[in-house]
Amino acid sequence: MTEYTGLYQRLYRTRVPILWWLRRRSYLAFVVRELSSVFVAWAVVFLLLLAHAVASGPRQYQSFLAWSAAPWVLTVNAVALALVVYHAVTWFNVAPQALVLRVRGRRVPARVVAGLHYGLWALVSAVVAWIVI
Amino acid sequence: MPDTIAVDVTRYRPDRDDRPTTQRYEIPLRKEWTVLDGLNYVKDRVDGTLSYRWSCRMGICGSCGMTIDGDPKLACETFLTDHRPGPVRVEPLHNFPVIRDLVVELTDFMAKLPRAKPWLVTDSDKPPPDAEYRQTPAEMDEYKQYSMCINCMLCYAACPVYGLERDFLGPALIALAQRYNLDSRDHGADERLEVVSAPEGVWDCTFVGECSRACPKGVDPAGAIQRYKVTAAKETLRSLLLPWGRR
Amino acid sequence: MTIRHDVVIAGGGGAGLRAAIAIAEARPDLSIATISKVYPMRSHTVSAEGGAAAVKLPADSLDEHAHDTISGGDWLCDQDAVEAFVAEAPEELLRLEHWGCPWSREPDGQVAVRAFGGMRQRRTWFAADKTGFHLLHTLFQTSLKYPSIVRYDEWFITRVLVDDGRVGGVVAIELMSGRIETITAGAVIVCTGGCGRVYPFTTNANTSTGDGMALAFRAGAPLKDMEFVQYHPTGLPFTGILISEAARAEGGWLVNRDGYRYLQDYNLGRPAPGPVLRSMELGPRDRLSQAFVKEVEKGRAIDTPWGPVVHLDLRHLGEEVIEARLPFVRELCLDYEHIDPVRELIPVRPVVHYMMGGVDTDLHGATPLDGLYAAGETACVSINGANRLGSNSLPELLVFGARAGAAVAEAAEGRRAPGPAVLAQGQDERRHLERDLLQRDRGRERIAAVREEMQQTVEQGAGIYRSGDSLTKAADKLHELQERCGSVAIDDHSRVFNTELTAALELSFMLDVAQSVVRCAWLRQESRGAHQRIDFPTRDDERYLAHSLIHLAEDGEPEVRYRPVTITRWPPAERVYGR
Repeated sequence: MTEYTGLYQRLYRTRVPILWWLRRRSYLAFVVRELSSVFVAWAVVFLLLLAHAVASGPRQYQSFLAWSAAPWVLTVNAVALALVVYHAVTWFNVAPQALVLRVRGRRVPARVVAGLHYGLWALVSAVVAWIVI
Repeated sequence: MPDTIAVDVTRYRPDRDDRPTTQRYEIPLRKEWTVLDGLNYVKDRVDGTLSYRWSCRMGICGSCGMTIDGDPKLACETFLTDHRPGPVRVEPLHNFPVIRDLVVELTDFMAKLPRAKPWLVTDSDKPPPDAEYRQTPAEMDEYKQYSMCINCMLCYAACPVYGLERDFLGPALIALAQRYNLDSRDHGADERLEVVSAPEGVWDCTFVGECSRACPKGVDPAGAIQRYKVTAAKETLRSLLLPWGRR
Repeated sequence: MTIRHDVVIAGGGGAGLRAAIAIAEARPDLSIATISKVYPMRSHTVSAEGGAAAVKLPADSLDEHAHDTISGGDWLCDQDAVEAFVAEAPEELLRLEHWGCPWSREPDGQVAVRAFGGMRQRRTWFAADKTGFHLLHTLFQTSLKYPSIVRYDEWFITRVLVDDGRVGGVVAIELMSGRIETITAGAVIVCTGGCGRVYPFTTNANTSTGDGMALAFRAGAPLKDMEFVQYHPTGLPFTGILISEAARAEGGWLVNRDGYRYLQDYNLGRPAPGPVLRSMELGPRDRLSQAFVKEVEKGRAIDTPWGPVVHLDLRHLGEEVIEARLPFVRELCLDYEHIDPVRELIPVRPVVHYMMGGVDTDLHGATPLDGLYAAGETACVSINGANRLGSNSLPELLVFGARAGAAVAEAAEGRRAPGPAVLAQGQDERRHLERDLLQRDRGRERIAAVREEMQQTVEQGAGIYRSGDSLTKAADKLHELQERCGSVAIDDHSRVFNTELTAALELSFMLDVAQSVVRCAWLRQESRGAHQRIDFPTRDDERYLAHSLIHLAEDGEPEVRYRPVTITRWPPAERVYGR
């Protein structure tokens, strides 16, 4: 271990301001992404409620649909959709930095890694859409 | 081109000031001058009491990190003409206690440094070979990028997590741990895991990504951290699934 | 309060760290203080670019490396030192590899070697063109392993304490707090690097102010061969930033205003398209810098606002080679000249780069002063003689850093604890700093003004070419500047990180160094290697096959003596390049 011999006299320490995340666009983007996880959770809850309603019979399902059509639920869902998409997109863009793939000794370029993610996303969405519709 | 530019420099003299103030200096604007040249002009000809660190003036020693017009930069790589018409705002690096003027206190980083074991850990039973360890250019490319860190602390200044959470190991240190983990000659990844995968290690990072944008040497510490998270998660999973020990 | 250690190492660059590790490995029980005015990774070792020489290929031999070094040094090298150096350089570079240094590799995974100026064989190990950076960071990070190494980062040493002919410690200022401490130790190793800042135009960092040379000189140790100052032929105009010799080793050409490879006119061989060892652009640095001056005299250089330049042409190497082998050269050109060497010519001119001279030491880093050691650029063993070959300085700081460390570890037993006289001297120094410097309020002129005058004086008097006349004028001027240095203004009275105080102390160190350079250059009436006297244009082995040793005599005045060069197997001969 290294011994430190500094005298701690009057260092000036700044406090991080509460609105630090408004200072830069990237900080804001980051805070929004953190916040978006709440809406990701909401999307999951909504899906579970839907599944529960479907399982409980047509009457339940109808009332669930009516509730879903309420303006505030619509608004929340619209916001949730936007943020979930935002969450997914930023997540996929990060992927190449976390994932280093090698094919025959060569590193797979970042664009390809991200592209595969988007491709897979589109594919899964298409399959889900085909089953539902 | 006007021949002068104003520089607003943050001053803090602990023996007389309670809080930092801003002092304006008018300096000549020359196309080959960096912000560091401007500060040297002030120090040499206008005000000898201004304190800041500098040494190599060629972007390799990492001494002259400062906040220039809001961004963490090396003063020796930031040209005055890119900040026309001015005034150029020069502050100490954010997220660090200020000792004086533009000089910040780095003790926290220096004290954390040995915890990441930033040295080659080899099999102690086997002495090193008489010749070099073989390492192909491809194997070297694995870690090369992470070995380019000059410890200039710009990434710490850019990282909001470090500002809020002093225990966070921080971008450069985790990149350095990765530099050795990914070195084909090294066998210390297990020893580093405990420190780097601790809560104040990689998991404190919420991937703002500003560290990689601030890095003047293209190290990409954010990438290093994300890669390490994948590794750490795999290790955790493995130890959960195979609780009776490694392998 | 007094701090006690077994060993003090002044300086935390390559030599200092290597010495510290050597002691920590040999004697884990000794407490080692490394005291540096900057954090270790800021040290000037970080700026070394091209590489580190050590025999590697089967076709090469230790004798060839020794001969290249000795002829490169114009026979002023001590040949026993050179033999020890070339023999130990390979193991030192290998040790760095085992510590993790990312040496550039051949496709099969072996360490690669490149050509370098003045070397008959390819033997320069390199880490792209950031060799010093990687070497320093590897040493620094490795040093963190050893609990017995205690670092004093950002402490400025003001004096080496001597009692009864024996070193007893140092006085240092902690910059962050301003406190002044006496740190006692049975041995002090000076590893503070070079003194390029004595000149106006240098590749050296702001911190290379000859502190260790002046500290040792004032303590009574002699400085050796101070007249030999290396000008590197390729520095960027205005900034003085170094463009590595590796650029020429990879095949770069030096051309004048007519696009002509002018080195062929200076007895350095005939131009070939590819690099030829010990020929043309791969000649030694002294000869290349001297050729530049002649080109300027012939009116064949290019005029710029920053003085005449010639061009370094890398365009024919292609982007791939430049990116793989010279990425830092490209980065520096793009950042500081706004030109891309892939497509454009690089303007370059000679720039002060290295001090061949330094604190006189034996093969084990020991100076004539008991308990004082030196290693690295600060020291003069001497393996560099009258002109250092490129890529010999990094292995030098490793070999002799390790040797000094080993010698100190071995001698540690016999050392007594420093006596009360040392502590009293420490108190004196502290009072001097507090009263005479920190409270000075009637300073007459700016530090920078005196410093700039000193730099111009040394450049004009003791540049690439000197004469008795130019040196006499310089000596007179330096004497005057010495007086004025005693009354420079120190407006900053703060204790905390007072960089005006340290600038004043550095200025006084530099003036001591500058005067040594000028005095030794004036006395050496011959031309040898980097010391070219226009009034004595030839080498004179009769009188000057000897080292100059300048030291403070009893009366406090500097005195110069000579000591014959040690010749073992290579009698003095003509330096031949390009043939």
